[in-house]
Amino acid sequence: MTNSDLTPDLKYVRTEMTHGISPPRGEHGLANWLRTNLFATPVDAALSVLAILVLVWLLPPMINWLFVNAVWTGADRSVCTTAAQGGIQPEGWSGACWAFVDAKFQQFLYGRYPIDERWRVKLVAVLFVLALVPLLIPKVPHKGLNALVFFFVFPIVAFFLLVGGWFGLPYVETPLWGGLLVTLVLSFVGIAVSLPLGILLALGRRSQLPVIKLFSVIFIEMVRGVPLVTVLFMASVMLPLFLPPGVTFDKLLRALIGVALFASAYMAEVVRGGLQAIPKGQYEGADSLGLNYWHKTALIVLPQALKLVIPGIVNTFIGLFKDTSLVYIIGMFDLLGIVRQNFADANWASPQTPATGLIFAGFVFWIFCFSMSRYSMFMERRLDTSHKN
Amino acid sequence: MASQDITESGRESPGVSWLYDPKIRGIIYQAVTFIAIIGLIWWIVGNTVANLQRANIASGFGFLNGRAGFDISQSPIAYSSDATYGRALLVGLLNTLNVAVIGIVTASILGFLIGIGRLSRNWLVRKICLVYVEIFRNVPPLLVIFFWYFGVLSVLPQARESISLPFSSYLNNRGFFFPVAVWGENAGLIGIALLIGLALSFLVFRWARKRQMATGQIFPVYRTAAALIVGLPLLAFVVTGFPLSFDYPQLGTFNLSGGTQIRPEFLALFLALSFYTAAFIAEIVRAGILGVSRGQTEASYALGLRPGQAMRLVVIPQALRIIIPPLSSQYLNLTKNSSLAIAIGYPDLVAVGGTILNQTGQSIEIVAIWMVIYLGLSLITSGLMNWFNAKMALVER
Repeated sequence: MTNSDLTPDLKYVRTEMTHGISPPRGEHGLANWLRTNLFATPVDAALSVLAILVLVWLLPPMINWLFVNAVWTGADRSVCTTAAQGGIQPEGWSGACWAFVDAKFQQFLYGRYPIDERWRVKLVAVLFVLALVPLLIPKVPHKGLNALVFFFVFPIVAFFLLVGGWFGLPYVETPLWGGLLVTLVLSFVGIAVSLPLGILLALGRRSQLPVIKLFSVIFIEMVRGVPLVTVLFMASVMLPLFLPPGVTFDKLLRALIGVALFASAYMAEVVRGGLQAIPKGQYEGADSLGLNYWHKTALIVLPQALKLVIPGIVNTFIGLFKDTSLVYIIGMFDLLGIVRQNFADANWASPQTPATGLIFAGFVFWIFCFSMSRYSMFMERRLDTSHKN
Repeated sequence: MASQDITESGRESPGVSWLYDPKIRGIIYQAVTFIAIIGLIWWIVGNTVANLQRANIASGFGFLNGRAGFDISQSPIAYSSDATYGRALLVGLLNTLNVAVIGIVTASILGFLIGIGRLSRNWLVRKICLVYVEIFRNVPPLLVIFFWYFGVLSVLPQARESISLPFSSYLNNRGFFFPVAVWGENAGLIGIALLIGLALSFLVFRWARKRQMATGQIFPVYRTAAALIVGLPLLAFVVTGFPLSFDYPQLGTFNLSGGTQIRPEFLALFLALSFYTAAFIAEIVRAGILGVSRGQTEASYALGLRPGQAMRLVVIPQALRIIIPPLSSQYLNLTKNSSLAIAIGYPDLVAVGGTILNQTGQSIEIVAIWMVIYLGLSLITSGLMNWFNAKMALVER
């Protein structure tokens, strides 16, 4: 039944739909995109032209250096140096020396960890991924058990595997560790220690008990006021002085203590921000339900506070991950340190080596930090229960 | 009646011990913490004293008067290896302040430009700024320093084949060389003229503001101030007979002579800190501008302000309130990150202190000096920023 049957005499009422008129020319397509996004105003147009000029000036040489002129394989420095520098490349050549990264790749990963024992590091890496990935995917069940495995069982297993000396595994002393292995060990322990310690310090700073509050404030402000380099110096030079004669600490352990204490002070401030943002009614509501302090904190306050400060917590993690590179200054060789150390290798020294090695190390650091920040954005959206759009 | 029963029985009833009184519990907790921490400190101090006695190290700050015996590659004040340890530390402190102040200025300018660029309507500018921020936020600062030092500045040509830049300046692997201005006689007059210009423009600014408040008439303050600040010294320059000449760097066979040299260590540290911190400042600026609600901009358009005016008079003053607190912590971070200088041999406070520590073994004193100085710098910076913040803060009834 059509409309015309119902209203036969209304001749001016349209009986079928018309097609929409297509937008005017220039309101869609590439030309419109260019006009609104690049050439909206004269200033915009000038900026665009300037930006294009800068890109044309920068990008082709960069791509040339990184890929086109780069050397991918080779046995020693001769492939990455010009004839005048004692190599095989023509005069004026410049390009990335990926052959250097290729030759040193194992060292960048493991440091001087004995070659026959490297399967242990690989096994730990596999266990790490197996324990971490289910923890990161929200849909996988048994989060509590998984967290227990990741934060308590895995570190113990990893410790025995990496250090050795038990169950017939040869002992590998920590000065032999290096490269990405040290970076990841430092960051993992730093993260696992600094989060609980930071929460405790933040609670201490918000505590009603003046003595506990005072100690927390002194610790947090002292650590936040000084650079990590001095904290590491303190851990490496002064810690042996603080201990009874004869007691010695492993160098890696000292760096770990320094990094973890430093990060926990920053973590404490982040968590305190979250605690302060929880309305007073939540505390009072918990009190009126008869919960004691720890129940109130663990069941009511912290779940809300930590959710609020996820970006800050992950930022602190990223900062900690980047800061592990500073252990180079107290004579340890993490990823950046081992790359830096290899510049001096006479077999590979060339004008192109440092830049290539650093770009490689930067890329590795970038991947880790960037994925952490993207994951935190994902979690933030997932946990967002507010009603704002 | 019932409530009275509860309050009375709460403490007096026989089943509840005083152990459950929160006040008494609090005192017990605090006493335990206090005793534990004091005990720990006591133990550490005892161990340290025993260790120092065994190592035959005299504690105290007397060593600061000893002869340093090492050279410092760059120093803003007179220093030789015969100077004292105290003076060497002072040189280190000045070098730290030097790179921190210049770095803060550059990082702020760069960061504000990139932060505004991230909000640009221009797609290309927006993307370039995004790529910049994402690259520099996600790599360690030490790596950026190494990149500038080993990857860029060390592979520059030798002095003989220096890259020549405009204004007779040269760039080679020994640093950046540029002409230095040599002021002739009566040049002090130009400085005095500049000071007078600054003072006059300040007075004009205050007078114009008062008049605008009272009558609504606008006085062209910026143009007057520019004329005063540039014009007066220029006038003095002409009157005193152009007392200015330049000492140009001369290209010799092995090195450059004359002019001023900026060493690659300083240049690498300065560039790395500025580029790294600028990425963080850019994000802070972006968040600050986005934090001002759109209604503010629309309302100022409704009042008839032009986009530039709306930005300058309405959006930026409000955005600054959001920007300043995190910005000040970035400034502190930059100052603290300048201690990475030790990795490339720029003689800052930590590098000089490390050398002294190795020579004398006075580790406790050196670490204490570091802590006091860095804590002091932090307090001064945060004090300044708090003052500025209070000036910019919302004035409420």
